[in-house]
Amino acid sequence: MKFADEFRDPAAARGLVKSITELAGDREYKFMEVCGGHTHTIYRHGLEHLLPPSIELVHGPGCPVCVIPMGRVDDAIWLAGRPDVIFTAFGDLMRVPGSDGSLLEARARGCDVRFVYSPLDALKMAVDNPAKQIVYFAVGFETTAPSTAVTLARARQLGTANFSVFCNHVTIAPPIKAILDSPDLRLSGIIGPGHVSTVVGNRPYRFVPEVYGKPIVVAGFEPIDILQSVYMLLAQLREGRCEVENQYSRVVRDESNPVALELLAEVFELRAHFEWRGLGFISQSALKLNAAYAEFDAELRYSMPGLRVADPKACQCGEVLKGLIKPWECKVFGTACTPETPIGTCMVSPEGACAAYYNFGRLHRQTAALAGQQGAAAHG
Amino acid sequence: MCFGIPGQVVEMTDPDAYLAKVDVNGVERAISVRLLAGSRIDIGDWVLVHVGFAMAKIDEREATATLDAVKRMGRAYTDELDAFRSTGVG
Repeated sequence: MKFADEFRDPAAARGLVKSITELAGDREYKFMEVCGGHTHTIYRHGLEHLLPPSIELVHGPGCPVCVIPMGRVDDAIWLAGRPDVIFTAFGDLMRVPGSDGSLLEARARGCDVRFVYSPLDALKMAVDNPAKQIVYFAVGFETTAPSTAVTLARARQLGTANFSVFCNHVTIAPPIKAILDSPDLRLSGIIGPGHVSTVVGNRPYRFVPEVYGKPIVVAGFEPIDILQSVYMLLAQLREGRCEVENQYSRVVRDESNPVALELLAEVFELRAHFEWRGLGFISQSALKLNAAYAEFDAELRYSMPGLRVADPKACQCGEVLKGLIKPWECKVFGTACTPETPIGTCMVSPEGACAAYYNFGRLHRQTAALAGQQGAAAHG
Repeated sequence: MCFGIPGQVVEMTDPDAYLAKVDVNGVERAISVRLLAGSRIDIGDWVLVHVGFAMAKIDEREATATLDAVKRMGRAYTDELDAFRSTGVG
C-alpha cells in the first residue's frame, strides 16, 4: 500500500457519494472544513460537485499563511531588508502581499530572501554562513510549531548565535471557536483538521460537540477521506449523535504526541492575543518564544516597525476566510486579484480558498453550469 | 503548508541525532524523527512527513480498515440497488 492512490479510488468515491446522497435525503447541510489542505483537496478533485446540491461546503480559516495580517508581512519584508540578513521562508510565503510588495519582490530589489523546505534547513544555513544573520519566518499551526521548537533546541545546543525566528505560529482551537461564535454562519458540522491532530490529538475538539452541539470528524487529505468524513457527519446528524470522530485513523490517534507537546512547552508560550486576517484579534491564539529562548526571538533582536495595516478596501479575504462568501463572490476575484497579481492571502497560498478555486474549481463550475443548461434543454 | 506526505523509511541514518532517510515517491532525503522519539521506528515503516519531520507513523492496518469500511459502504448501496432491481411486484 502506498497510502495515496488507494484513497483516490473513483469507484469507492462513487459508492460513497451514493451513500451520502441517500443519507442526506431532503435536508440541507452546511459543513465547514477548517484546514487549508482540505480546501485544496476539495477543489482539486471537484468534490463539491460530486456531492448532492443539498450539501454545501464552506471554507474556513485553517490556512496559516492566509491569516497572517499585512502588518506582519511588512515586518517580514523589513527584516529581509536588514544588512547581512538572510531571510528564510516556506515557498507559499514568498508571494504574500504586504503594503508594498511581497518577499519575492523584495528579493528582486536585492534582499537576500531564500526558500527553505524545513526550519532545519534555515538553521544549517546559519551554521554554514557565520558572517550572516539568518532569520526564519515561522508560520503554521501546532502541526509545524514542534518542528520550529526542535530547531530552536538544536540552535541552543549548538550555540548558533546568528540564528533567529520571526514567530507567527497560531493555534487551532481559537479560530474554530471564533467561527462557531459568529452569528452570520449556521453550520451543521465541521470537517476537522487532520495533521494538527497528530500533535494535539482529538480531545481539544471536544468543545465543538459539548459546547456548540455540532459534530466534528477529523479527516484525512485524500478525496476518499473527505467524502467518508461527510458521510460520518451525516450519520451523526441522522442518528442524533454529536461527538468527535476520527476518520483519519491511519495517521491520527486520539492521544496527543507528548514528545511534541513537551517541546512546545519548552520553547514557546501563548501570546495574550494575536491579530488574524479577517477574524480580528483573538486571545491566546498564537505562540511566541518564551524567556528561555528570548535570544533567538527576532522580535526582540530587531526593532521592527510592528505596524497594524488594514487590508486593502477591495480585499474581501476576511469574508472568504469566515466562509461568508465564496471566492467567486469576491468583487476582485479573477480580475484585479489573481495568483500572479494577488491582492489578498486567500489567493496566494496554494491552500487558500481563492487560489484553490482559481486553479481547480472554475472549470468544474463552468462544466456543471453547462451540464445544467444542457439538462434543462433536453427536458424543455 | 499543511501538506504532509507519506514516506517510507529506508535508513536509520543517525539514531542518536534522530535522523532517518525516507523515500517519498522515489526521492530519498534525510528527515528528523525527533518528534517520534517515544516510538519505535524500523526500516520499511511508513511515516507522515511535514517540513522535514516525521509527524506520525502510518498504520497500515488502520488504512486497510478505512478502505474496507468505505468499500462496504459502497457495496451496501449497490447490493440494495441490485436487490431492488430484482423485485417483481406489480
